[in-house]
Amino acid sequence: MLASIKTNSLTNEGQKLGMMYFRVAIILFGAQLLMGLIAAIQFLVPGFLFEIFDFSVARMVHINALVVWMLYAMIGSVYMMITDETGVETVGIKLGKLGFWVLTAAVTVVVLVYIFVQVGAGTEASIWLIHEGREYIEAPRWADIGIVVVVLIFYWNVFASYMAGKQTGIMTVMVANLMALAGLYLAGMFFTDNISMDQFWWWWVIHLWVEATWEVFVGTLAAYALIRLIGAKREIVEMWLWIEVLMLFGSGVLGMGHHYFWIGTPEYWWEIGALFSALEPVPLIAMFVHVLYDWGKEQGMAHGRGEEGNVVTNGPAMAWIVTNAFGNFLGAGVWGFFHTLPQVNIYTHGTQFTAAHGHLAFFGAYATILIGMMYYGVQKAHGVERMAMNFKSKMGIFLITFGVLGMTVALTIAGYEQVLVERAELGGTWNAFFIAQELPWYIQAQLWRTIMGVVTLVGFIYLVWDLLTIGKESQKEEV
Amino acid sequence: MAKKNVSVWTSIPFWRRSAAWVTGFAVMLLIWLSFDTLGQISMGTDEDLKAGTTKRVPAPTVINYNIDYKMDKKRGSEVPVIGAKEPFFGKEWSVEEAADLLHLGKLTSQAKNCMNCHTLLGNGAYFAPDLTKSWLDPMWSATGPMQAMTGKPTKEEAMAEFLINPSQYPTHARMMPNLGITAEEAVGLVAFLKHMSSIDTNGFPRNFSKTVDQFKVGGTNAR
Repeated sequence: MLASIKTNSLTNEGQKLGMMYFRVAIILFGAQLLMGLIAAIQFLVPGFLFEIFDFSVARMVHINALVVWMLYAMIGSVYMMITDETGVETVGIKLGKLGFWVLTAAVTVVVLVYIFVQVGAGTEASIWLIHEGREYIEAPRWADIGIVVVVLIFYWNVFASYMAGKQTGIMTVMVANLMALAGLYLAGMFFTDNISMDQFWWWWVIHLWVEATWEVFVGTLAAYALIRLIGAKREIVEMWLWIEVLMLFGSGVLGMGHHYFWIGTPEYWWEIGALFSALEPVPLIAMFVHVLYDWGKEQGMAHGRGEEGNVVTNGPAMAWIVTNAFGNFLGAGVWGFFHTLPQVNIYTHGTQFTAAHGHLAFFGAYATILIGMMYYGVQKAHGVERMAMNFKSKMGIFLITFGVLGMTVALTIAGYEQVLVERAELGGTWNAFFIAQELPWYIQAQLWRTIMGVVTLVGFIYLVWDLLTIGKESQKEEV
Repeated sequence: MAKKNVSVWTSIPFWRRSAAWVTGFAVMLLIWLSFDTLGQISMGTDEDLKAGTTKRVPAPTVINYNIDYKMDKKRGSEVPVIGAKEPFFGKEWSVEEAADLLHLGKLTSQAKNCMNCHTLLGNGAYFAPDLTKSWLDPMWSATGPMQAMTGKPTKEEAMAEFLINPSQYPTHARMMPNLGITAEEAVGLVAFLKHMSSIDTNGFPRNFSKTVDQFKVGGTNAR
C-alpha cells in the first residue's frame, strides 16, 4: 500500500509536485476533522480538555487546517494542469519544489506553536511569533511573509509556463484569478487598534477569497476537469467559464456588502450587500446546470456515434465533481441566501446559522472538487486509462457527504433556536446566550452534529484508504 | 474556432469582454465605496468627543465617558449614546494614556485568541457570548451578579478581576479558561471592550437595551 504513495508513472515534474501537495493536503484534512471533533465534544462536555486544550485552540487549528489543506490542494491541482494546458513542462520547477518544502516546514512549525504555546502575552511579539488571533488568518506575521514568498514562487511557475506555452482560455482565467487571490492576502497583514478597520480589511481577504476568487478557481478547475474526465468540448467549456467569471465577480465582489452590515460601517452597505449577495447563487445554479448538461451531452453523443459504455474516464473524480456542482449551489448558494438579507441577518449574525453555512459551503464548494482532483492525480500517477468507483470510493463519498449534510442540518436547527430565543426573544446578552445554549433543543442539535461529525470521519478513513489503493487496483484490472 | 460565429451569444470574445467589463466595474465601485467607508470608520478625536460630534468609531478617550445603547426612533434601531464623563478605573485617562491602553487591549484580544470562542462585532466563534456590547451587559451592572461575585465595587474592576481569574468565577458549566491575562492586560481588555461598545453597529445586536431594562426590574432575563 505504501508503495502506491510513490508517484511511479508520472514523468511530468509539475504533476509530481502536485501529488506532493495533495499528500500534505489530505493529512491536514484529517487534522481538521479531529480538531472539529474535539471542539464539537466541548459543546456537549464543557470540562473536556478544559485548560489543557481549550475550545479556542481546537477551533483555531480546525479552521486553519481547513484553509491550509485547501490552499495545498489548490496549488496541487494547478501543478496537475499546467502542462496539460500549456503544453510545456512547468518553468522553474526546482524553485517550486524548494517552495513546497519551505512551506511545509513553516506550516508544521506554526501548527506545533498553535498546539503547544496556544496563547501569548499582549505584545507585538505574540502577533509576530505565535498567532494573530484573527479568525481564519491566524498565521503569525513571520509565517505570513513566508507564505507570500512561497506563493510568489508558485505564481512564477504558473505565469512563466503560461507565457512559454499555449495560452488557453482556462489558463488565462487561472493566471489572472491567481494574481488576485494571492494579492488579497496582503490585505490581512497589518495590525490596527480600530476593530472596525480591522474587520473591514479582514473581509477583503476572507470574502474576496471564498465568495469571489476561490469560486472562480473552482469554475476553472471544473472546466479543466470536464475536458479531461468526459472529453467535453473546449470551446463550450471556455465560453461557460467566461460567463461564470462574469456572474461570479459581478455578484461576489460587491456581495462583500453583506459583511459590512454590523461592524461599524455605514448603512448603505445594507442595500448593496443585500442586492449583490442575493445574486450570488445565480452563477452557482449555472455551474450546476453546466456540469450535468455537458455530461449528458457527451454521453448522448457517444451513444450517437454507436459507442457503448461510459464517457467518464474517472468515476470517483467525476462523482466528486458532480457533488461539487450541487454542493456549491446548496451550501454556498441556498444556505448563504438564507441569512444574507440584513433584515434576517441582524438576528442570525454570529449564531450557529453561520456555522451551518460555513460547513456546507466549504465542503460543497471546495472540499468536493479538490478531492475530485486528488482522484484525478491518482489516476495519472498510476497511468491508468479508466478508473471506476469501487466499494471504498462509494463509502467515502457517501459517508462524507451524508455526514456534512447531517452536521449542517443539526447546526441549522441549533442556529434557528439561537436566533429565536437568544436574539429575538432575549436580546443577545450574556444570560440570553447561555439560556439558549442550555435549552434541550440546542443540546440535541449539538449531539447530532457530533454524531454526524463521526460519520464524516469514518467516511474520511474510507477516502484515504481508497486514495492509497485505487490506483494500484485499477492498474491490475487494466493489465 | 475557424468557423464564423453564428450568434453573439456563443461568441467567446463577447463573453470574455463582458466578464472583464463587469468585473472591472464591480471592483471600481467597491474601491470607491471603500474610500468613503474608510473615512467614516476611522477613529474620531478627543475634540470630537468634547464637542459632542458623533463618530461611528469614537476616539480611545471615549473610555472616560458614560456609554448607553438607546433606541433611536428615526433609525429604527438602538444606537450608542455617549453621555457625561465618568471615571474609568478611578481616573480620567489622557489622550496618550487612553490610546496606549486601547492598543494594549486590542493586542491582548488577539494574543489571547478571544475571537476563537467569542464573537466580536458578531464575527468569530460561537462558543461564548458576543462581546460587541459586553460593556453594557446587565451581568456587570451594579444590580447584576458579577460585581458581588468578584467583590469589586465597579463594573470595570469586576470585569478585570474576572478576566484575570475566569475559572474562579464560573456562571455556567461552560467556563472561560485561565489565559494568563495580567492585571495590566486586563485593564487594557476592559478599555477595548468599553471602546467597542461605543461603535455604531447599525443596531446590532438588536433588543440588547430592551433586555437591560427588563433585567433591572427583574424581568424575564434575570433567571
